[in-house]
Amino acid sequence: MSTTAPAPSTPAPAPARTSPAARRGSTLTGTWLLLRFMARRDRVRLSVWALSVVALWLYVVTAFSAVYSTAADRQARAALMSTPTSIMVTGPGYGLDDYTLGAMTANEMTLWVIVALAVMSIMQVVRHTRAEEESSRSELIRAAVVGRHAPAVAAMLLVLAANVVIAALTVAVFAAGGLAVLDSVVLAAGVGLTAMVFAAVAVVTSQVTAHRRGASGMAIGVLGLAAVVRGAGDIQHLHGSALSWFSPIAWAQQTRAFVEVRAWPLLLSVVLTVLLLVVAAFLASHRDFGAGMIADRRGRADARPTLRSPFAVAWRQQRTAIMWWALGTGLMWLASGTYLRDIGTMIEDMAEGNPAVAAIFGGADGAQTIVNSFVYIMLLFTALIAVGYGISSLLRARTEETQGRTEWVLATPVSRRRWLGAQVAVAGIGAIVLVAVGTLGMAIGAYSVGVTDPGLATYAVAAAVYLPAVGLVLALATAIYAWAPRLTSLPWAFLVIAFVVGLFGEAFQLPDWIKGISPLWWVPQMPLEAFTWPPVLALTAITAALFTAAFTAFHRRDVPTV
Amino acid sequence: MSTPVAHPVEIRDLHKSFGTTKALDGLDLTVRAGEVAGFLGPNGSGKSTAIRVLLGLLRPTSGHVRVLGGDPWADAVALHRRLTYVPGDVSLWSNLTGGEAIDLMARLRGGLDLARKAELLERFELDPTKKARTYSKGNRQKVALVAAFASDVELLVLDEPTSGLDPLMEAVFTEYLREVKAQGRSVLLSSHIMSEVEKVCDTVTIIRQGRAVESGTLDDLRHLTRSEVTAVVEGDLAAVAALPGVHDLVTTPDAAGTRVAFSVDNDKMGPVLTAMGSLGVHAFTATPPSLEELFLRHYGDELAAAGVPEGETAR
Ligand SMILES: Nc1ncnc2c1ncn2[C@@H]1O[C@H](COP(=O)(O)OP(=O)(O)OP(=O)(O)O)[C@@H](O)[C@H]1O
Ligand SMILES: [Mg+2]
Repeated sequence: MSTTAPAPSTPAPAPARTSPAARRGSTLTGTWLLLRFMARRDRVRLSVWALSVVALWLYVVTAFSAVYSTAADRQARAALMSTPTSIMVTGPGYGLDDYTLGAMTANEMTLWVIVALAVMSIMQVVRHTRAEEESSRSELIRAAVVGRHAPAVAAMLLVLAANVVIAALTVAVFAAGGLAVLDSVVLAAGVGLTAMVFAAVAVVTSQVTAHRRGASGMAIGVLGLAAVVRGAGDIQHLHGSALSWFSPIAWAQQTRAFVEVRAWPLLLSVVLTVLLLVVAAFLASHRDFGAGMIADRRGRADARPTLRSPFAVAWRQQRTAIMWWALGTGLMWLASGTYLRDIGTMIEDMAEGNPAVAAIFGGADGAQTIVNSFVYIMLLFTALIAVGYGISSLLRARTEETQGRTEWVLATPVSRRRWLGAQVAVAGIGAIVLVAVGTLGMAIGAYSVGVTDPGLATYAVAAAVYLPAVGLVLALATAIYAWAPRLTSLPWAFLVIAFVVGLFGEAFQLPDWIKGISPLWWVPQMPLEAFTWPPVLALTAITAALFTAAFTAFHRRDVPTV
Repeated sequence: MSTPVAHPVEIRDLHKSFGTTKALDGLDLTVRAGEVAGFLGPNGSGKSTAIRVLLGLLRPTSGHVRVLGGDPWADAVALHRRLTYVPGDVSLWSNLTGGEAIDLMARLRGGLDLARKAELLERFELDPTKKARTYSKGNRQKVALVAAFASDVELLVLDEPTSGLDPLMEAVFTEYLREVKAQGRSVLLSSHIMSEVEKVCDTVTIIRQGRAVESGTLDDLRHLTRSEVTAVVEGDLAAVAALPGVHDLVTTPDAAGTRVAFSVDNDKMGPVLTAMGSLGVHAFTATPPSLEELFLRHYGDELAAAGVPEGETAR
């Protein structure tokens, strides 16, 4: 151009209404405001989490002191807890030789409360950082009233506050149950600090990927890995091996609360949290608002010929998630499978030194029983993961609906049955893939170290019997989505119930009618038990009935229901 | 295509409640074959709700609804082969490109005309290779518009289709709408943009609180309202001021006589002109109301009803 007007080379100075102070502290401006806003928005949600965790502790302390009231009861429990299978799902086994109420609580519950609080922390962080950014709801941020780091810092502070309150209540519960106060404080702090580590992990993953689900999925994957590393490390050696120490979950357990308490492992959690936050801050400073570290590439101008159905769209949206979940599950279960040989020999050594263990697991079949119970627990876990994945996958239907894509698709010649069927099919395929991959990984791992009992056929059947139960939860989630779309957090309650019943049903001596609420409880515990048809058929029938109800209801209701 | 229907959209006394909220409260709305029908109303007046009922997405509480001669709830799938819909707030699949979304919508409908797609993309200046989450609001809207105009259907149902479009793109949209009309297809167009409605719509229905308050051709509607008259006259205006239908008459002295301004109900214009004729008119203008004024009149008392009365604030 020939005009000589001066080019606008420098950005215009900040508008006069921005105060100098706000400009200087710009990356953190508005943190306090955001924190208050988040706390207000989440007061119910966080209260539910806090009360559930505190109620769980309360129940544990009460149930353990009632069920295992004598020293003999507790030592029998200790013997059970010293098997590799138990170690995999509890802790490093401090205090097994004098299994007090405190030692029992710390050893058996720490892992799971950490998992629960870590999931809470991850969800909260992602919800207030990446999800906000993705939905472009962050009006305040766009208006630049809020600094770049403010949402993440505010989310961390919110999670910290929640964890502090939960820890304080936990100490109160322990103290009321007659447990030593110092140990209670260390244990509660350990649990809370570990949750904070995973909150920080979520801050990092929220920078790496531009999607809410990607960010929480990656962080939960890290949590799963930490749980498996801890289990694998602790199996190798009573009180943990070097491998254990690579897992943040182990640090809290290594405080030896109620046995020989020490607080220094908690420093590791603090240091790691800070390091992760530094990494996150670095990443955040090097990306644009709304973007991830992984840049969006351009795509196709025309769709592939296969993209022509609701199923194809749902699959396209979820295939990456399915792939990552399958890969993670497959590798972890493969690794677990390779432990089966050591487990057999370990129990024989243990039985020699410990009469209580010998009484339960002695005899010719002892080692095999342990192997079988390990396989059973691991398959139960794949089923639980499949249930969790299936619910989350199915509930994407709700997101599709509330964001308006469902009505757009349903305004084409696509029937409601076909649309909902596509959502169910993709969720179902994902769940089946996870069960299959976990089982196959485990079998390959076991065979690779020469453990050929249980045989492949047993693995296949043991995994297959879970499918009707997994399907039932999926059908339940679908029915809730169809009947009462506003209650779509309800299906998660069934995951929690299935989890608690599967892992603590025996320890808490829950009555059968409660255990029966979990569809997974009805499944024959293969390879410990033999296969039977009745539960499989019954579960299948209920699943079919629920799906019918779901499709009927969806056919009748308003779309969208907001 | 199946046999043409005289009234592609026919709604009589439609009610739809969400719990205690009455979104539609006895709505009447008709779209005749080959006509572009404008659908206007303040926010929350029930336009989108009515459209969703027409698409068989919401089940009416009561009332008579026919779309292309069929029952939109019971015959949804069959009817949807013959119509297309642009939602008010277009949301795309975040990992599909705009081009993929257009193809998908076309295939769900049964086929895709590649040449037509290419032409529309060019006219709307839309880059089809971008991932949906990187599109701006206007570009998302364009994706839905391209998908809609690419389909060969009898009825287009458009819910605020131009929200977010720049004026240039709005012009392109208007042009395509005229083309659609020239082909004898029918359109239901909900909108807040008066000039757009004035340009392309044959009839207009104004809805308030779930009920149609005006409907007819633009001329019909204009007829129902007042025109602004200014004139310079020599004679005495008392006779004119006394006529029924004359409002807000103001006079000011002028070099040539008296300058007068007043508004008059359109159906009372005749007697006014007769009376004026005998007064020695030097200058005369009569301005018909713009649709905007017409519309604001219907929104106006809504605003007053929503406003807090002054006595309230003193408490
Ligand atoms: N699913 C729903 N549940 C409850 N109330 C609803 C629902 N959908 C709409 N409403 C209510 O019905 C009324 C009409 O809403 P509608 O979306 O049809 O308005 P609209 O005319 O399209 O407004 P706008 O011009 O803002 O798009 C509003 O009061 C709205 O709050
Ligand atoms: Mg609307």
